[in-house]
Amino acid sequence: MATTAALHAHAPQGFIRKYIFSLDHKVIGLQYYFLALVAVFVGMALSLLMRIHMIWPTAVLPLIGEIKPETYLSLLTMHGTIMVFFVLTTAPQGGFGNYFLPIQIGAPDMAFPVLNMLSFWTTFVGFVVLIAAFFVSGGAPLHGWTGYTPLSALPSAGPGEQLGADLWITSIAIFCIASLMGALNFITTTLDLRAKGMSMMRMPLTCWAWFITAILGLLAFGVLLSAGILLLLDRNLGTSFYVPLVVVNGQIMAHKGGSPLLWQHLFWFFGHPEVYIAILPGMGVASQILSTFSRKPIFGYKAMVYAIMAIGLLGFMVWGHHMFMSGMSPYSAFAFSVMTMAIGVPSAIKTFNWLGTLYKGRIRFQTPMLFAIGFVSMFVSGGLSGPFLAQPVLDIPLHDTAFVVAHFHLIMGVAAIFGIFAATYYWFPKMFGRMMNETLGKVHFFATLIGTYCIFMPMHYLGLAAQPRRYSQFTEVAYLHRLIPLNEFITYVAIITVAAQFIFLFNLFWSMKKGAKASDNPWEATTLEWSTATPPPHDNFGGHTPVVNHGPYEYNVPGAPRDYIMQTDPVTAEAH
Amino acid sequence: MGLALLVVIWLITFFSTYFFAAKTWYLPTGMSAATAGIDHQFAVTFLLMGIVFVLAQGALGLFVWRYRDQGAATRVQYSHGNTKLEVLWTTLTAIMFIGLNLMGSPIWAAERFAPAQAGAVPVEVTGMQFAWYFRYAGVDGKFGRTDPKLQDASAGNESAIGLDTTDPAAKDDVVTGTMYLPVNREVDLTLRAEDVIHSFFVPSMRFKQDAVPGLAIHMHFTPTQTGDYEIACAELCGLGHYKMHGMLHVVSQEDFDKWLAAREAEKQ
Ligand code: HEM
Ligand SMILES: [Cu+2]
Ligand SMILES: [Cu+2]
Repeated sequence: MATTAALHAHAPQGFIRKYIFSLDHKVIGLQYYFLALVAVFVGMALSLLMRIHMIWPTAVLPLIGEIKPETYLSLLTMHGTIMVFFVLTTAPQGGFGNYFLPIQIGAPDMAFPVLNMLSFWTTFVGFVVLIAAFFVSGGAPLHGWTGYTPLSALPSAGPGEQLGADLWITSIAIFCIASLMGALNFITTTLDLRAKGMSMMRMPLTCWAWFITAILGLLAFGVLLSAGILLLLDRNLGTSFYVPLVVVNGQIMAHKGGSPLLWQHLFWFFGHPEVYIAILPGMGVASQILSTFSRKPIFGYKAMVYAIMAIGLLGFMVWGHHMFMSGMSPYSAFAFSVMTMAIGVPSAIKTFNWLGTLYKGRIRFQTPMLFAIGFVSMFVSGGLSGPFLAQPVLDIPLHDTAFVVAHFHLIMGVAAIFGIFAATYYWFPKMFGRMMNETLGKVHFFATLIGTYCIFMPMHYLGLAAQPRRYSQFTEVAYLHRLIPLNEFITYVAIITVAAQFIFLFNLFWSMKKGAKASDNPWEATTLEWSTATPPPHDNFGGHTPVVNHGPYEYNVPGAPRDYIMQTDPVTAEAH
Repeated sequence: MGLALLVVIWLITFFSTYFFAAKTWYLPTGMSAATAGIDHQFAVTFLLMGIVFVLAQGALGLFVWRYRDQGAATRVQYSHGNTKLEVLWTTLTAIMFIGLNLMGSPIWAAERFAPAQAGAVPVEVTGMQFAWYFRYAGVDGKFGRTDPKLQDASAGNESAIGLDTTDPAAKDDVVTGTMYLPVNREVDLTLRAEDVIHSFFVPSMRFKQDAVPGLAIHMHFTPTQTGDYEIACAELCGLGHYKMHGMLHVVSQEDFDKWLAAREAEKQ
């Protein structure tokens, strides 16, 4: 990697090269992080508008006016798309992965710094294109984040399905390209740039998670990209990949012979691995933090690594569980269902290992640890509704109801967000050289834990009671009337919980300026990022290359002089 | 802090489980032959997952409190894991998950592999933005031809699905916006959609199936109680999705015959 070395001989000067078009993976990581931060607040605001419309359909809001049913669906589409792509794929992987993968494996930068910069700026353009959909005539599309065809393929099928839908697809296509570049970079970096002594099985579990996530991304985003291009062709050049002969508003459309289910297969071939792309980095972070703050080695390191691999592999064989009610062959439903149940096994293994890590530890309760514990709790709650939805028979009552909304928010949304919060509180001292405020952190944690449970747990009940998802109001179907009080409760809690996120925002920016100065290793952790300066110098280790002598989670090793052995400590410190 | 976590996690676990178990908001009472099987499978799954949920959250709460840092006296067990335990819990979860799955599959097979029995009432369901139409084959038992060019949603019923009245088999076809079915007799459904995907969802019948443009999907169910049941659309189909709603009236065979005859007469 002579080029990498040359590029990093000395840090670039000047604002633009240093902070805007930077090649430094740390700056790029922060860029990703702040993009996701903007996105998550936009996404949250949209969800509040949705919740408000659901219970007060005719309310006139200041600035926004009255939300119409079609506007509700635009909010829904944008909320889902922003959250899945620009928050959950962006912060854990692009943000923290970029910043800490090279440091944790002892590399001076990513393998391809220019590609890294390009991939961030491409993501940024994708975000701008998506937001632009709000401002074009017709507004943002109403077809949901899954964009099922033919609804998403026919400009006359509804408001927002004109230019807004084209922008939506274009944005996703751009995002796919960016993610493919990122994935290549992560894979190469992990394979080629590990420091001396950093064997694969000595990597922190975070690195394993980023590595497998990158492989999933490489295989999944290519498929979504192709699917999106075909959809653009259907919409603009009159092809019929996804559209059979249909009549919309009394007009016969100029399509024939296409298959609506083709889109679903392609979309979910990407979509299911995508949920693991969102959650695997969180699992890595949770493992890292649980071990550090329990002052104990992670329970079953090898089992954890194999579980990540198994999840990655099986993740590509279960996409049909989203299609049990779609008209797909009922025989294949049987196969998809068995595979889905099988993927529950490695997920359960991870949970047991986290509990095993806490068992007989000496637990410290700083905020990163609280969020890691919250992550485990959310992962259990969200994970256990999976085996319901994995059974085609139970999908008959539950598919496309609020039960599904509850399931994926807990396991993918909230759990991954907890992972992001945990990572933020954990690595903030390294990134900014100061500590975040603990009191604010704890208040933020409890408000968010209780709040998100109160929002999403009741949605299971609504789903059981047959409330379909993506309904903007509950006035038209009589059996939904009795569910309105519970929906009101959810909306009230959502308002409070969103408000509590400003505590975090305040803490984040206030601590950057005013937080207590952080030492190089405030958590007494073992991995490589804690052995370098705070914040890390431009080439990460200040001119020398670290040598790794130990596994990643050596806490309370009998006979060792202190309760942790850093990966770079000399060999003699190890007891066995 | 450990105690606070324990209390919060345990309270969350208690309330979550309580509202499931108390059935405060629950599956609507099922009124079809499939109900018993589906609800039983649900109950078994709920019981097993409920136990795992309570045990896992319970242990999480307990461990964080019990193993909190209490100063130098706290002894930490240095351990990288336990292969026997890993094998044990991997096997147990695998057996539980795959077992559950196998238990449920005969019910799925009965619902979806086998076609409707002879003597079932044929009904064609057509979804369009934002209404459901139901077609009955009439005395000849055959559905007549439809033609997209003849579709006129504003005229409703027969015209809405583009029935071609020049086809002799179409003469006695009846199309309505409300579904009538005789009780205790299977219905042989054909599901279609004209424009985008819709989903025919009748919670009380434990029935759901997407209606997909370009496909004619065959399904069946058997209502077992007379009464009025709501039909909802469960697949996002556009701005009127939330009000794409219909009614199913399950009546005695006699009343069903009378109703159909009256509709036939109206048509003439
Ligand atoms: C403040 C917290 C949040 C609230 C109150 C909230 C609320 C909602 C609501 C009301 C819906 C619409 C459900 C429906 O009508 O079917 C929804 C959909 C969705 N949400 Fe959230 N959400 C939140 C956070 C998140 C997060 C963190 C994610 C990240 C994964 C997320 C991802 C999604 C997705 C993918 C959809 C589906 C969109 C679609 O159906 O096309 N949400 N959310
Ligand atoms: Cu999936
Ligand atoms: Cu619909």
